[in-house]
Amino acid sequence: MFITIFLLFFPLLVALLLFAFKPAQAKMLALVASIIELAVSLYLVVIFPRTDAVQFVVDVPWVRAFGLHFAVGMDGISLLLVLLTTLLVPFIILSSFSRTIEKASTFYGLILVMQMALIGVFCALDGLLFYLFWEIALIPIYFICLIWGGEDRGRITFKFFVYTLAGSLFMLVALVYLYFQTPGTHTFAMQALYEAGRALPLYEQSLIFWAMFVAFAIKMPVFPFHTWQPDTYTVAPTQGTMLLSGIMLKMGIYGVIRWLLPLVPAGVAAWGFTAVVLSVIGIIYASCIAIVQKDFKRLIAYSSVAHVGLISAGAFTLSTIGVQGAMIQMLSHGIVVFALFYIIDIISQRTKTRTLSELGGIRNVAPVLTTVFVVVMLGSVALPFTSGFVGEFLLINSVFQYHGVLGVIAGLTIILGAVYMLRTFQQSMSGETNAVTARFADLTTQEKLVLYPMVLLILVIGIYPAPLLEISEPAVASLLKIYSNLSASVK
Amino acid sequence: MEMLVSLVPLFPLLGFLIVALNVRRLSHGVTAFIACGAVLVSFVLSVVLFTHLLGMPADQRALGVTLFDWIKAGNFTTSISFLVDPLSSLFLLIITGVGFLIHVYSIGYMHDDAGFNRFFSYLNLFVFFMLLLVMGANYLLMFVGWEGVGLCSYLLIGFWFKNQAYNNAANKAFIMNRIGDLGMLLGVILIFVHFGSIQYAEVFPKAEGIGTGTLTLITMLLFVGAMGKSAQLPLYTWLPDAMAGPTPVSALIHAATMVTAGIYMIARNNLLYALSPATLEVVMVVGLATAIFAATIAVKQNDIKKVLAYSTVSQLGLMFLALGLGSFTSGIFHMATHAFFKALLFLGAGSVIHALGGEQDIRQMGGLKKYLPATYFTFLVGVLAISGIPPFAGFFSKDEILVAAFAHNRIVWALALAASLLTVFYMFRMFFLTFFGKERASHDVMHHIHESPKSITLPLIVLALLSLAGGFMGVPEVLGGSHWLASYLAPVFASSAALAGEHHHMSHTLEYALMAAVVGLTLMVILYAYMRYVKGNRVPAADTQVDGVQKVLANKYYVDEIYHAIVVKPLYWISATFDAIVERLGVDKIVNLIGGSVVPASRGARLLQSGSIGYYIFVMVVSIVLILAMGIIR
Repeated sequence: MFITIFLLFFPLLVALLLFAFKPAQAKMLALVASIIELAVSLYLVVIFPRTDAVQFVVDVPWVRAFGLHFAVGMDGISLLLVLLTTLLVPFIILSSFSRTIEKASTFYGLILVMQMALIGVFCALDGLLFYLFWEIALIPIYFICLIWGGEDRGRITFKFFVYTLAGSLFMLVALVYLYFQTPGTHTFAMQALYEAGRALPLYEQSLIFWAMFVAFAIKMPVFPFHTWQPDTYTVAPTQGTMLLSGIMLKMGIYGVIRWLLPLVPAGVAAWGFTAVVLSVIGIIYASCIAIVQKDFKRLIAYSSVAHVGLISAGAFTLSTIGVQGAMIQMLSHGIVVFALFYIIDIISQRTKTRTLSELGGIRNVAPVLTTVFVVVMLGSVALPFTSGFVGEFLLINSVFQYHGVLGVIAGLTIILGAVYMLRTFQQSMSGETNAVTARFADLTTQEKLVLYPMVLLILVIGIYPAPLLEISEPAVASLLKIYSNLSASVK
Repeated sequence: MEMLVSLVPLFPLLGFLIVALNVRRLSHGVTAFIACGAVLVSFVLSVVLFTHLLGMPADQRALGVTLFDWIKAGNFTTSISFLVDPLSSLFLLIITGVGFLIHVYSIGYMHDDAGFNRFFSYLNLFVFFMLLLVMGANYLLMFVGWEGVGLCSYLLIGFWFKNQAYNNAANKAFIMNRIGDLGMLLGVILIFVHFGSIQYAEVFPKAEGIGTGTLTLITMLLFVGAMGKSAQLPLYTWLPDAMAGPTPVSALIHAATMVTAGIYMIARNNLLYALSPATLEVVMVVGLATAIFAATIAVKQNDIKKVLAYSTVSQLGLMFLALGLGSFTSGIFHMATHAFFKALLFLGAGSVIHALGGEQDIRQMGGLKKYLPATYFTFLVGVLAISGIPPFAGFFSKDEILVAAFAHNRIVWALALAASLLTVFYMFRMFFLTFFGKERASHDVMHHIHESPKSITLPLIVLALLSLAGGFMGVPEVLGGSHWLASYLAPVFASSAALAGEHHHMSHTLEYALMAAVVGLTLMVILYAYMRYVKGNRVPAADTQVDGVQKVLANKYYVDEIYHAIVVKPLYWISATFDAIVERLGVDKIVNLIGGSVVPASRGARLLQSGSIGYYIFVMVVSIVLILAMGIIR
């Protein structure tokens, strides 16, 4: 259907057009384009039938020589992530309006190319196409970090690039191996790869599992594959951090749900427990490190590792509750972490520091920012009636059912999360003002335009998440059917 | 009638939204009107619901309403749905009734505060969450209220946010509650796993088919939540610190309502607890231990609010003792009377603090009765009520708990009696030191002393009347009553009462004797306190001059210091170690090593490590273009 193609290539088209415009026009054009994307994806959400079928499919043969199809489409799982992408991009663009950005056309062009690649990742129904979009997504974010990043960006973005690229090479090897297992003239078509993967003996499934898992685990990132992340998040320009944490890390989780769980069920059954254990270790490990961070941005980077650990653990429980929890928490995390990084940007723009101990007392002078910060913080610590609670409850629920002890350890996230978030809030916002914060100006209209919708979404999703959960539920249920069949056959 | 049910929490929510969204626009008068009005409307609705329930046949007294599905995933479903039955309707009356009085009181108390509007918005939000807690028809909605009131408590303890010590107290309260909440959350999940639902109406009928071991685990986990929220050993240390909040907050949240959430939770789950005797035993022991432990600390506190705070911890312990004894009605009864007299005492203390311009140390008070007559008189009623002097409210409820304890075990009874006599002592110690004896406040303070305005004294008078008459809702048979409360709550506790079976009855003579003994001892303790602090004019020594056991008590058994040493410090040590050693030196290196050693990747990795990303991207782009081109050319 035309609409998927439009969603994919409209940003790319605009990105190319941007070079013809002056910076001021370029950013408006980028904003308008991203709002159009959002409108289209909202329209899709409205017309999307609540079934497990893949909708809006386009499937044209592309490179006959290796059976590559340009096959894209969306089921509920894809749609939610496309929605997250198209939702956040306009706000990411808007969030940059208050600062002057050099080479603005390139900057916004790269963001739009990034959007195209992300939507491609979430919509690809062909293994090689998925891989292509996966790698393409790396290029714009690499340049965004390299050109507009902070101190020591060269070394850090290099590490980031090598790390994630090395990971995805494993995935490529796995996909190519599966490709040769498909019958006839070979194909990368998703269903064919699924069937090829499921037919493999356990040993080979295990190898495929690890090859894919490492690629995804690095992207998310899951402990102990996370060491590129805090540096990169910290050094990247705010919009880069937002893209990375808000959307890009969801590629990894999406990869697990779409390209790992249904691909090698026996491999997952054998190694899923290890994945859950690693994820749960990551929750505690990263939360603890967040507690002692002094740099606001770095602290949130670690908190993101912790939250993603819980999402990943939930996904690997192979239960509908866990995967649905992962879906809704991906949305919530995207919104919350985007808002947090924007708040950090606002504070550090005005005070020229991100060191928590140098801040303080902002509450006295910026009540609106304070209120916004409180709601976002509550979303982050998963207070009931915020979006964070819906996801974390379902995820903790699934992990606890999967394994009692692991569930309790994973549950510690609600305590540790409160420890570091409340401390952060106290250090930056409470107390008396100091020389740095005494003349702190409250939110501008443009900043409110970005943050108010996030606050509203955090509350609305927290109170009434049913419409979102309904979108992905059928697809998740049918995706996990393989496991109920598997356990039935064991019995 | 069902429609009215959802209106009860709606009004405080609206009040919160209106005030919060216009916090810098509304005048204080309008804010006070909206905030108090919202709670008053809820109170009126609660009264209407209450009378409606009374008009229904006793065993059908329940109103349910479902608004919409909340969280649904896989086989898990939960809805926003409310239940008003005798138990929740009683809580509704107390929350909105006492809540309204404290709202009115706050108008006077917070009069000069720049954060007046913010204060009332938090207060309304608190009432909303507290109502959700007791009205929710399922465990998760109770949990929403449970965490929601915790949030409001956090916001109000740290209300004066310029003071970092207050902020620390707020963080401590939130985090400690979260420890309890995790237990509770896991309990709720376990209920879902074993019952297939978290709706009360679907859980309770299945309870007897579930194994005792499972039920014990569930009830223990839920009780961990209660330890946090209701400040029981070992999770109580946040409550005394919570006194950093404005005094009306201490009265409403940290005495009358929020901290009794644990009592409500166990009463609501009386059937599950009755089916797990081991947990009941734990509840009883924890309650009793807390009651004594906190009472001994209270004896050596000199901050008027700290005395009341430890007293609250101790009284909550007595309520848990009652619940642990399986005497659910007495637990709820004491919760109700305690809500009256403890709110009264806190508000009275607030009036004193207000009059003395912020002084909270009872060593700096004395002789205030002639300056603050209304406060003095109502405070006296509160002290008499908590001490259990007949016919004040506390007498009936405390007596009932002691009777239940006596029937269970003489040692438990003796310890409970000791806790309650300690209570009598420290309450009268505080009372005498505050209102009697020499005027120890500075000349400057005495010069400005004044009785509080009507908005403060009127709530005191109403609460004093309730503390005087509140006990009559549960006059025991032995005193010629029919215990209205017990029969009102009977349908809620019917299933667990059936389990308890034969109620061993004491002879009336024995009950009379016990009662007389307790009252006699109480009077003796009062006399002792009188001799010591009024006749003897004793004033507690300065903090530096105490030693031995006294010092241990004055320092609250050093529990905060112990927690700091065994929990906080290790956590920070581990975190710092992870950060400095494992993260920087360990994981990164190991991962790189593993990465390098895996064969399929090493070829690519070696290429990459030449360092030229630009080159690689170039290759990548060219390849993609080639693939594209091949597609077009075919």
